[in-house]
Amino acid sequence: MNREGGMPDAMLTAAGGPASAGRCRTVADAAARRLRRRRRLQAAAFGVLRATAAANVAALVLVIAFILYHGAAVVGWEFLSRPPTHSMTRGGILPCIVGTLLLAVGAILTAFPVGLAAAVYLNEFARPGRFLRLVRLGISNLAGVPSVIFGLFGMAFFVIYLKFGVSLLSGALTLAAMSLPIIIGASEEALKAVPNQYREASLALGATRLQTVFRAVLPVALPGILTGGILGVSRAAGETAPIMFTAAVFYTPGLPASVFDELMALPYHIYVLATAGTEIAQTRPLQYGTALVLIALVLGLNLAAVLYRSHLRRRSA
Amino acid sequence: MNAVPPAAVKAAARRLHFYYGSVAALQDVSIEFPARRVTALIGPSGCGKSTFIRCLNRMNDLIPRTRVTGELWLDGENIYAAGVDVVDLRSRIGMVFQKPNPFPKSIFENVAYGLRVNGRKGREFIRRRVEESLRKAALWEEVKDRLDASALSLSGGQQQRLCIARALAVEPEMLLMDEPCSALDPIGTQKIEDLIVELKTTYTIIIVTHNMQQASRVSDLTAFFYLGRLIEAAETAQLFSRPRQQQTEDYLTGRFG
Repeated sequence: MNREGGMPDAMLTAAGGPASAGRCRTVADAAARRLRRRRRLQAAAFGVLRATAAANVAALVLVIAFILYHGAAVVGWEFLSRPPTHSMTRGGILPCIVGTLLLAVGAILTAFPVGLAAAVYLNEFARPGRFLRLVRLGISNLAGVPSVIFGLFGMAFFVIYLKFGVSLLSGALTLAAMSLPIIIGASEEALKAVPNQYREASLALGATRLQTVFRAVLPVALPGILTGGILGVSRAAGETAPIMFTAAVFYTPGLPASVFDELMALPYHIYVLATAGTEIAQTRPLQYGTALVLIALVLGLNLAAVLYRSHLRRRSA
Repeated sequence: MNAVPPAAVKAAARRLHFYYGSVAALQDVSIEFPARRVTALIGPSGCGKSTFIRCLNRMNDLIPRTRVTGELWLDGENIYAAGVDVVDLRSRIGMVFQKPNPFPKSIFENVAYGLRVNGRKGREFIRRRVEESLRKAALWEEVKDRLDASALSLSGGQQQRLCIARALAVEPEMLLMDEPCSALDPIGTQKIEDLIVELKTTYTIIIVTHNMQQASRVSDLTAFFYLGRLIEAAETAQLFSRPRQQQTEDYLTGRFG
């Protein structure tokens, strides 16, 4: 690397030895060359990093643009407010939107309290040890279980064993089970981010550990917990596999009247239109329209979560 | 050794040992804290002085794998005896921490916190107690018009006085201060020191400090800790002018630590 320049030359020059003006220039030139090379390397590295970041955004933009391009034409008031007609080749997707919203709300209502309670126990009360490690291992493995397995579990346990049938209840509980690990993980992260000094201040004032959790810890952690909860459920709400055996049906004329009714849902509707219809080519615009609505719904939920979090942060700061 | 300490003594340690795992952080500490006096604990970092005051309200219980032996008396009660209610103990002993740590709530709610968790009710009662506590902490005049503002909008020194007010609101008998001025500027420090001198007419105060001038300014007694042992405890004036132990003198003259 150091063919020219380097220490010996520099020392000679500095000592005012036999180094001529020409030699001096070679040393300076070598240093300048090295500097240019480092600059080029840095520019190249930054370019690569910037490109990867851009690729991520591009993928999202591309997917949304593609679906928008193909689906925007069918999405209108008709499409959003009417049930499908003519063997699903025409009409709207109202039952699917309502079904997915109901499933998401049901999943939030059941998974959120359970997940929050579990996270509070794990992070605030459980004594560290083998049992705690085992539970944590279980939760992180649960997060890696494929969604179709959750679907089969939901069918075996909720639909058949508990006799809930193919219903809103079974589907919501299955989605809840699936989003639990995400909710617990996000809640634990939010609880860990609460500075210990709040816990100490509270306990030193004679608060019990339970009071400390409810009055000093949870208010600080709540924005993060809520966001995590909504993100977890919105992720699950877009899944087809967990609901195809537990809640969703090919076609049902009305909206569910009770939690024991079966329903239509957006992800399953897309799957049905794309694979099982009689006129797949004819329904293609409807498929894109449904996909667009589903994406809008999921992104909307995420956006709401993010906005709510920043609202809470501003209020508490 | 099992006799209850005399009444003028608010708290006393007898042969107290404290272990983090197998590491002894305190060894054989015996000391008495007279009522309504300020006792300063000094010594180099890691000498056990913070560990010691956190024994007094059993905050160390929260750290896993710790162990205590010996006795720690508060008003004729050994607080490490079986059956002592830690929650009740902590509501009788106020604590002020190194870094001001108000809750991210309003100024009012910070001071009311201890009352609320202790189940004290009544709007008017709480309002009056909050005002009293803020007055005692010399903060009332600065915040009386913005009690609903976030505590985090206060300066560091004000936050620390708020934390003192918060501790005083539950009417503790003793106040533990763990380097309360280490995060404050000289003006904030001065105000806290004035406050300590004022508060000692009502409270027994134990203050951990790294600042030897501070110890000599505010305390009646000073205890020097080194490597987990209590080397010497005496009247502050005496300890600073005529230390009995060579180690104390070395520390005071800056030869180590």
